[in-house]
Amino acid sequence: MKHLLSTEGLSLGNAVRILDTAEEMAAVGDREVKKLPALRGRTVVNLFFEDSTRTRISFEAAAKRLSADVINFAAKGSSVSKGESLKDTAQTLSAMGADAVVIRHWASGAPHRLAATDWIDAAVINAGDGTHEHPTQALLDAFTMRRHWTKLAGLPSSGADLKGMRVAIAGDVLHSRVARSNVWLLRTLGAEVTLVAPPTLLPIGVEQWPCRVSYNMDETLEKGVDAVMMLRVQGERMNASYFPSTREYSRRWGFDDNRLRALDRLGLKDTIIMHPGPMNRGLEISAAAADSPRSTVLAQVRNGVSVRMAALYLLLSGDTREPAATLKESN
Amino acid sequence: MAEQSADNGTNTNATTGSTGTYLIRGAAILGAGTEDLLIRDGVIAARGAAANSAAGDATVIDADGLIALPGMVDVHTHLREPGREDAETVETGTRAAALGGFTAVHAMANSTPVADTAGVVEQVHSLGRAAGWVDVRPVGAVTVGLAGEQLAELGAMADSRAQVRMFSDDGICVHDPVLMRRALEYVKAFDGVVAQHAQEPRLTAGAQMNEGNVSAVLGLTGWPAVAEESIIARDVLLTQHVGSRLHVCHVSTAGSVEIIRWAKARGINVTAEVTPHHLLLTDELVRSYDPVYKVNPPLRTDADVQALRAALADGTIDVVGTDHAPHPSEHKECEWAQAAMGMTGLETALSVVQHAMIETGLMTWADFARATSVAPAAIGRLTDQGRPLEEGEPANIILVDPSARWTVDPSAMATMGRNSPFRGMELPGKVVATFFKGHPTVLDGKLNTPYRHPADAATAPAGGY
Repeated sequence: MKHLLSTEGLSLGNAVRILDTAEEMAAVGDREVKKLPALRGRTVVNLFFEDSTRTRISFEAAAKRLSADVINFAAKGSSVSKGESLKDTAQTLSAMGADAVVIRHWASGAPHRLAATDWIDAAVINAGDGTHEHPTQALLDAFTMRRHWTKLAGLPSSGADLKGMRVAIAGDVLHSRVARSNVWLLRTLGAEVTLVAPPTLLPIGVEQWPCRVSYNMDETLEKGVDAVMMLRVQGERMNASYFPSTREYSRRWGFDDNRLRALDRLGLKDTIIMHPGPMNRGLEISAAAADSPRSTVLAQVRNGVSVRMAALYLLLSGDTREPAATLKESN
Repeated sequence: MAEQSADNGTNTNATTGSTGTYLIRGAAILGAGTEDLLIRDGVIAARGAAANSAAGDATVIDADGLIALPGMVDVHTHLREPGREDAETVETGTRAAALGGFTAVHAMANSTPVADTAGVVEQVHSLGRAAGWVDVRPVGAVTVGLAGEQLAELGAMADSRAQVRMFSDDGICVHDPVLMRRALEYVKAFDGVVAQHAQEPRLTAGAQMNEGNVSAVLGLTGWPAVAEESIIARDVLLTQHVGSRLHVCHVSTAGSVEIIRWAKARGINVTAEVTPHHLLLTDELVRSYDPVYKVNPPLRTDADVQALRAALADGTIDVVGTDHAPHPSEHKECEWAQAAMGMTGLETALSVVQHAMIETGLMTWADFARATSVAPAAIGRLTDQGRPLEEGEPANIILVDPSARWTVDPSAMATMGRNSPFRGMELPGKVVATFFKGHPTVLDGKLNTPYRHPADAATAPAGGY
């Protein structure tokens, strides 16, 4: 695996391999010394063109636990804000000897450009690009679901997929890279995905995706669901006629207290509630839902470090790097 | 092809205005029967057996296996000058045009300053004459500064030395229905035409690519077909209402074709254009996120491509227009969303149309001449272009080798733009010679020398380019 750009082209074998490796990494986090020497002497650059403290520190923690040298490059206040191009930035990092570039960018496809051009030879990890993909988020979500799903079945999580698990992803699918990455990865892992959203926040073409689409949250819950993933509603959507008001949004599409109670009423005692963060409490998710025992929000954050360690390890540790022909994503 | 005479006239025309005498031997006229053509004093002096007997000491051009066509006329070219000489100049763009088989191009108005006054269109026209590779027909802006608020001085541009007949805010849609109505009405005074870039602005805010299955996956903001179709529907109705003439630039969707077909059936005076890239490429290419495929209107689906091909074949779409849009490399070597929209096209148009339309059996070479020369000349009201290859007609002629095969290499092109979406593709057909007003601007597939307008001869710099 040379790059991690999307989950759309990620094979089942590679997806399970990343999740299994993340399990091993998670075990490191439980030790007294939370550090492996695996990437000693390797340089990981966090190249962030968009603010995201959570994702950046998660990658930073992951790289440091693997003993890599970490350079944080935030676009704001840097040469990038003075008009330096992505190409020049990439070539600069290449000249400094970056082994991996973790890139967060507001433009969909920016990580693909880095990987496809000869601007830089480093491994590229997509840490979220525009409204396209956020593969490590989907992997940490899948990791969280897999632990839950295999625990219910009394099976070890290592090697397992998500066959038969019913997952609802609810909210602003149109603008969500998290939703896209999850749809592809959950499809690959065998889960059954239902997108729940107002029609205005679903992309034209969603009918071609490997999932069901519903406009009704309550019906989706009644049909039975094992995980409900709530997507963040971005502030800039609120005055653009995607929905009439935040209150109407909450009532129809949010995970409120009534729906939390509905899970109990419907006998869905093992259903988990997920959120990629940061949450808008009271909008897409109620405080009670966010803080309930069903909520995996903090587990997701914790698992994020393990999954990102796994991704960095598999991309950068030479002896496990597989031939690019079999693992490289299609561009 | 062989030069059989030492004196082909090209060395002297720069000072005398003479264009020499050429005998084109055995060219398939519009792809049909082979005949000889004698070119003298800027016109076709004779055709057939008479050409041979009247040839005298003409330079003989062996056209065995070549097709003779009227010089192509582009209704849609961005020459970038004045203002963006780092992207293209009139000189480089018209060299590319001559190499691509064109003898006339319409230079779009979105220069800096905008071509919205008689002064700017005359400047572009003069630059074109000085370059001498093709006729440069400036397109005037519809509105001042392309701002869509106030009509530019359309009459002054029409009356200028540039004799503008086509007006367009290309790149920006004249979206205000009242302004569009007024423009359509006003150009009737001088037999003008409004060439509309059909794009509803509110439906395409921030649009990056065709809205559909691919944009859904890529997370790029969609440019829906309805944003084009709704403007075309409105404009054909306005055109009917005021009894004017409308040209629709770069039609890109199957739905647009249906609306134009309907309008023509109602007798509305509308013409339409399709680009070579929309006849061949689809939005699947955007999966690469390579901005060389970023263009406006965007690449659409295969169903759209097939509908556009059928419409060009049956005449619903009248002309091929390149929308040649060169950009400096830094405007394409970046993130998709940051990249400029546009593709080069002058030097690949003939080959792409041959590939998409002729080799598929949808069109003959005579149809090709209609769509690339006769019809575009009529839209632009060019009286000496798009003419039959008959005795006494202006000698704007190209010779094409339809059996040639070549691999597109943008770095080898005459245009300054390297943004060809056909990079690396093998395409059929090669322009072997271009005669502009009887003078060979291209010979053996290479640039020869520019034509010197007689009135300019005394002041033109000698020594070609």
